[in-house]
Amino acid sequence: MNKTMEKNSMFKKLILTSAAVMALSVPSAHAAESAGVHEIVDVPFSFEGPLGTYDKASLQRGLMVYRQVCAGCHSLKRVAYRNLEDLGYSPEQIKTIAGDVTVMDGPNDEGEMFERPGRPSDRFKSPFVNDKAAASANGGAIPPDLSLITKARHGGADYVYSILTGYAEAPHGVVIAEGKHYNKAMDGNVIAMAPPLSDGAIAYEDGTPQIVSQYAKDVATFLTWAAEPEMEHRKQMGVKVVLFLSIFAVVMYAVKRQIWKKVH
Amino acid sequence: MSAGPRTPFENPVVEWVDQRLPIFTMINKEYGVFPTPKNFNYFWNFGAIAMFMLVTMIVTGITLAMHYAADTTVAFDKVEHIMRDVNYGWLLRYIHMNGASFFFIAVFVHIFRGMYYGSYKAPRELLWIFGVIIFLLMMATAFMGYVLPWGQMSFWGATVITNLFSAIPVVGTTIVEWLWGGFSVDNPTLNRFFALHYLLPFVIVGVVFLHVWALHVTGSNNPSGIEPKTEKDTLPFHPYYTMKDSFGLVVFITIYAVFVFFMPNALGHPDNYTPANPMVTPAHIVPEWYFLPFYAILRAINFDVGIPFTDIVFFEAKLGGVLAMFGSIVLVALMPFLDKHPVRSARYRPKYRIALLLFVLSVFVLGKIGGMPADAPLMHIGSFLLTTTHIAQLLTLYYFAFFLVILPYLSKREKALPMPESINDAVLQCKSGKCCEA
Repeated sequence: MNKTMEKNSMFKKLILTSAAVMALSVPSAHAAESAGVHEIVDVPFSFEGPLGTYDKASLQRGLMVYRQVCAGCHSLKRVAYRNLEDLGYSPEQIKTIAGDVTVMDGPNDEGEMFERPGRPSDRFKSPFVNDKAAASANGGAIPPDLSLITKARHGGADYVYSILTGYAEAPHGVVIAEGKHYNKAMDGNVIAMAPPLSDGAIAYEDGTPQIVSQYAKDVATFLTWAAEPEMEHRKQMGVKVVLFLSIFAVVMYAVKRQIWKKVH
Repeated sequence: MSAGPRTPFENPVVEWVDQRLPIFTMINKEYGVFPTPKNFNYFWNFGAIAMFMLVTMIVTGITLAMHYAADTTVAFDKVEHIMRDVNYGWLLRYIHMNGASFFFIAVFVHIFRGMYYGSYKAPRELLWIFGVIIFLLMMATAFMGYVLPWGQMSFWGATVITNLFSAIPVVGTTIVEWLWGGFSVDNPTLNRFFALHYLLPFVIVGVVFLHVWALHVTGSNNPSGIEPKTEKDTLPFHPYYTMKDSFGLVVFITIYAVFVFFMPNALGHPDNYTPANPMVTPAHIVPEWYFLPFYAILRAINFDVGIPFTDIVFFEAKLGGVLAMFGSIVLVALMPFLDKHPVRSARYRPKYRIALLLFVLSVFVLGKIGGMPADAPLMHIGSFLLTTTHIAQLLTLYYFAFFLVILPYLSKREKALPMPESINDAVLQCKSGKCCEA
């Protein structure tokens, strides 16, 4: 063991330390962001991991939960009815779903606004005409649009699940203001939204347990799809790209070795 | 680029063009037979990698611009339009978004390599300064690009950073209003940031041209820091380094692709998927990861600088922070003049090597702290509460001491290890196991 080797091992240690610090700085999905107790549950979802795909049955159930519960207050304005094809619905079924809402259109040739049934090309109809109406109907708090909610919160789908299942009695000594609710997953533990789900509230037709945790899981899956409709395509393409690049790198290395063989 | 002696080309079309504009002669001279030290390690790949990233950013950026509109009422929607409705728009945007991070990774490694092997020293001072100018232009470009999606972090990041200029005495507020084009970050700000975000990359291309030109005048440095003396010390650039660079580039792109396809938002902040709202301030405003060390330095100066025990203040904490932050980059540009040691490579400068590696470590830790809330408590030492700010102050002190104290001191005092006669000897030493992979 000579002196240079000692130095090399020190160099490596420093690199490793730096790498460890780097790893720490990568945002962790479950790291509590603030001082408040803030419990995000890690739920196993089918779309996790590099080969993850959406569970279509869960997506369809999640759509039911959204339409029957969330849609009362929360818009989903970046998703169009036509996008529901991804969930496994036929064009006919999508027409029926879109046709359930009435949308304001116009002006027509006479200059009048008119109402018509929704079409597949329409975006999901928002429950309120504008933010002021939303705030006024909800005690001053605007229910956020859900199109990007899983990308806009640390924890993503786990966050949505944790909020929906996080309602509890406030611990002794914690005073919750009138019209607010205690929630374990919410930053600061106080949330304006009343507990939206209860066991049996939505009638599933496929025999799936009709309990809050199942509803929460399904709607979290649906909202992940709403935020990242391209995810399956992206991951499938990614597998091919990374596989190709890895093989290409090996080939390039072999060629490099061959070319450099005669040097030195 | 001059019409020097020319060897005719066999291909008649190439020859016809080359007689009139000797572009093929130039390519052959600068990238074909260009004599390059034969002992490069993989740290020397990152210039080519950075070049690749610049081109990637420009190509994806121009395409994204075709689908974007710089207006506060629609900017966020336009980005979502790209993500959802434009064919492969999500791919373009994720390549561009993560491309910024990987461009910075490449450039950070490239800068580290220059520091470690003394590439900044004579005769490459100007080459080095062009590099630091490119880095500054990249920072400006990246900052303005991050504003374009008009998310919460776009808006509040822009507000915090542009407000820094208000620290300038007397004219600060005027400058900030001039930058904004109004009295807050608003539509005129977004518009000009878009215009500049489109312009600056081409300015970068211009400075990269000068950077590469200067490189081809002095030739490359190498891990031994010894100038090539004979033909034994060099290899023609092609095929040796075209091949080695290509291999390194493919490895780099593979890692980049893993981020683009499997964790495209890991390096971003969730708040930027919420549309900008001037009425709601995010809990923690944090810049992109590549700015975090500098952000930590900015926040570390939380005290007025003046004469102790008097009311005389030279500059207030805010100005101090801004000066420290910009100063931290200016000092990098001044490295060739602060470090006058005759030996380039840290291989033969054990003390410099330790000081530099500690410097790198402190930049990493500063980055970590930059991403945490200011004054976050760490531990109690007796009655003293140690916070992240204290660590940041200590590391900022080391950052500045490295340039202003350690480099000048080591220039005079450090005794270098015995050096090989030539690059060829250095390579032979390695072969016989007597060194030094670094």
